[in-house]
Order: sequence, then structure tokens, then C-alpha cells
Amino acid sequence: MPDHNSANSYCLGIESTADDFGAAIVSFEGKVLSNANDTYMPKEGGIHPREAARHHAEVAEKVLAEALDKAEIKPRDISIVAFSQGPGLGPCLRTGATAARALASYLDVPLVGVNHCVGHIEIGKLATGARDPVTLYVSGGNTIVSAFEAGRYRIFGETLDIAMGNCLDVFARAVGLRQRRGAPFGAVVEELARKGKKFVSLPYTVKGMDLSFSGLLTAAVQAFRSKKGSLEDVCFSLQEVAFSMLTEVTERALAHTEKPEVLLTGGVAANKKLQSMLEVIADEHGARFCVVPLRLAADNGAMIAWTGILAYKSGMSVPVEKSFVNVKWRLEDVYAPWVEGQ
Amino acid sequence: MVLIKKGAEASLYLENWHNRKVIMKRRLPKKYRIPELDLMIRSQRTIHEPHIIHKAKEAGVPTPTIFMVDVAEANIIMEFVEGKQVKEVLDHVSPEERLNLSSLIGRMIGRLHKHGIIHGDLTTSNMILTPYGKVVFVDFGLSERSKELEPKGVDLHLMKRTLQSTHYKHAKECFKAVMSGYAEAVGKEATKKVTAKIREIEKRGRYVADRG
Repeated sequence: MPDHNSANSYCLGIESTADDFGAAIVSFEGKVLSNANDTYMPKEGGIHPREAARHHAEVAEKVLAEALDKAEIKPRDISIVAFSQGPGLGPCLRTGATAARALASYLDVPLVGVNHCVGHIEIGKLATGARDPVTLYVSGGNTIVSAFEAGRYRIFGETLDIAMGNCLDVFARAVGLRQRRGAPFGAVVEELARKGKKFVSLPYTVKGMDLSFSGLLTAAVQAFRSKKGSLEDVCFSLQEVAFSMLTEVTERALAHTEKPEVLLTGGVAANKKLQSMLEVIADEHGARFCVVPLRLAADNGAMIAWTGILAYKSGMSVPVEKSFVNVKWRLEDVYAPWVEGQ
Repeated sequence: MVLIKKGAEASLYLENWHNRKVIMKRRLPKKYRIPELDLMIRSQRTIHEPHIIHKAKEAGVPTPTIFMVDVAEANIIMEFVEGKQVKEVLDHVSPEERLNLSSLIGRMIGRLHKHGIIHGDLTTSNMILTPYGKVVFVDFGLSERSKELEPKGVDLHLMKRTLQSTHYKHAKECFKAVMSGYAEAVGKEATKKVTAKIREIEKRGRYVADRG
């Protein structure tokens, strides 16, 4: 059995829910020793699950070796293996799970299944020192406002249709933008938005605590095609409306729960405009604003490794034969006993 | 002017207005929004809210009396409702009272929906239990007019979610009582339809285990 608090105990975390294959080594004290990654870049269109899974299988060996090299440890030094068990794209999840099961069996160490959404929250807390935040988790696949209550991360609000990141991605593709390695669509839109001047009116859809982005996406694409403004103007307006919606709902949760912190996490957390808007509401409510660092914002192995450690320390692990992936695993279905003890 | 509630969307001030204890609802500019969008959202909601509060009264649902509306400043002056937020009360009353209260809330929601009013923010913070046992619905800032099934489902879905997140110990029984009260107002057939809609909305929510 690994020593729970030892700096010499390490968790290997494997992340493969969508287009990223990540592997990381994190020590049981919460030090990220390595965080290797390789992103699947589709030639056109969005993520094709089977193609992304093929990519993950191809790069797995390289990424795992890189994680071990950078951490300067040997496979035998690994105490537990954690993997993202869901939610996500089935073929991608299964590729990561297969690698994790094989390694855990070969090394004869415990296997821990981690909920991807919990991973984003926990790594944000670890990196920023937040203890009990209202979290806005925004990425290509998820848009969730959450806060911890009675053993679980409760969902206070979420998207009723597409995710924030997905909205930006589809918009960018529809208006002919291209993403580059190191500059995903969100970053490209953000860059253009900074040059926008004219506000083009777009639908603002908040339903209580929930959000809807599909109408906004359609209207933004139409605004560009009907030349209601330049591409820069439409990017600017799209961000203003979408981020105002996110900020309003987060503020609502903050007013309701009266938590001491606001945490921004997930891939879209990299957006400076969104950061500045949330910072305003955190200040107004006397809450500390925390944002996950850029290197831990997008999907990564470190968040899986760290959450795996937290779960394992609470006595949670999964036998290989029961380690099925769960593509629709909801955040609030995860019992998180480690949070209250923190 | 005393600030009594700083909400996400508006702030409430307690004020003396012509020797009356009143609430002034102020939609202050939000610093995080650009002025164009900010003005649009604030003035739209200031015009819309008193209008729909009046419609709710016609439907037989207690709401505050509106005294004055100032669109340019985005201010509404309305009656101060004596009582306690249901949020503060629901977990601390007897089981019987809890079910009665939930059923009353359900009946009121039913009346709103029957008259084409969607509240838009059915949380227990927005319901005030008066000393006379009435539940007064406040904050219609996100409300809309609709007879469609979809927004009714979303409305009740939020109610359910509020119970699950804020009153999780009693969420199940409370929501059941809400729906039985709702059925008293709108009838069994309409309740069946909206219940199916709520299920559908839950399944539509991302990553629900039994969706596929």
C-alpha cells in the first residue's frame, strides 16, 4: 500500500475524454511533476470520435514516456494509476482507460476512475488555493456553474444545449477561421474580438440559472453573413453577450450560496475577457477571484492524477473488471468525501 | 435608503416613500457589461417586470403592489411584503407544514402557467411566506409570457433543481407536493404533459445516465 502523505508516492493520471491525450505525474502532496499532452487536430470540421481515439492510441506511448521522463521517475515508482472515466466521447475514453488498466495491472497498483468535471474543479482548487468556491467550468464540452454542498459538487446552472467552447468553435469554423497548434478557436476569436468596435445586437438567453447558446450561435453567424458588422465586430459582440450571460449566472449562484471564492476553470478559462468580467462580480461580492493557470486550463492528465489521489486517500478505487467508462457521468452523481475533510 | 438584498440582477432597497414602507428595486449598471448591452437588458427588464406582475395578480397569484416605474433609471417602487423567504423556512417547519407549503407553491405556479406566465426564476428565495400563510411571488425579472409546454417545463425544472441543491434533504417529497398542487390548478392531463416535459429536459441535460 502506498504511503498516503509521502512525497515519494506518485499518481499517474491519464486524460482522454475528447481531443486531448494527456499523461501526468503528480505527487501525493500535490506537486505536478510532469504534464504531457498531445492534441488531435482534425483536418476539417470538429472532433471525429473514432479518429480522435485512433490519434490517442498512436501517441499514448510517446506521451506516457514523456510524462515519466519529465518527472524523472520510473514506472515502478508509480503508486496508483488514475484515468478519466467520463463524461466524454466513448472511443476516446476507452482508449485512455485501456492504457490505464494495462499499466495498473502490469505494475500491480490500484486503479482509480475519475470524473472529468470534478478533475477540472479540483485542479483549479489545487493551483489557486481555493477551498470552497462557486465554480464556473467552461470548456468545449461543458458549461457548468457549481458549488459544493453536502458531499457533492451540485450543479446550480448549466447549458441547456451546446457548451460555451463549442459555440465559439462552431462559430469560428462557420465564418472560415482556422485554429493553429497552440491557438485554439477560442483564442483566435478572442484576438479578433479585441479589435472589434461596433456592438451588434445578439440574443441574450438566460433561463433562471441555465443558459442557452444555440440561438446566439445562429444569430452570430447570420450577423456576419449579412454584414451587420465586420468579423471583428461580430466576434466582439458574441463574446460580450455570451460572457455577460455566464457572468450573470455565476453572480446569481454567488449571491445565492454566499461562497467566499469564485473559481474559473476549463479550456475557456484562458480567455482574458471572461476572466476580467468574473473578477468584477467576485470583487463586488467580497469573494476572492481564482483562475486556473493556463497550463492546467484545458484537458490535462494532472487534473486526473490529482483528483485520483484525493479519491484514493478517501478509500476509493475501482477493480479493473469493473472499470467501465461512463460517457454520461454527471458531476453531481460523484460522491466527493475528500472535500469536507480538507 | 437601506440595501436589503444585493441580487445578481438587481438590488433591493428598503425605503420610506410617502409614509409607506416600500421596496425600491434598482437595476444598477453592471460594470462587467458594455453600456449598449447593459442599457438594453436593464430597460427591457424594468418595463417587462411590472407588466407581468400585474398579469400574475389577474391569475390569482399574490405579488407585490407596484407604485412607480422609472424606465430611464431602471427603478421600480413596490410594496414591501412582510414575511420570510421560503428558502429560510422550508427546512425548518414540521413535515406536514412543509408539504402544505410545497403544495401551495405548486398551486400558485400552476395558476401562473395556466395564464401563460413563466416566472423564469423559480427559486425558494423568490417566494415570501407571509404571516397570514400566503405565498407572495417576487422577482419576475426573468419572466416571460408563453403558453408553450417547453418554458413551463424549464420553469418547473428549475424549481426541482433549487429543491435538490438548496433543500436536498426534503427535495423529493417537496417536489412531489409541488406537482400535486400544480395539478390542482391546471388539471391532471396538463400535469402529465409537463411532467413528461421535465423528464425530457432532464434527459437533455448533458450526460444523464439514462438518456441513451
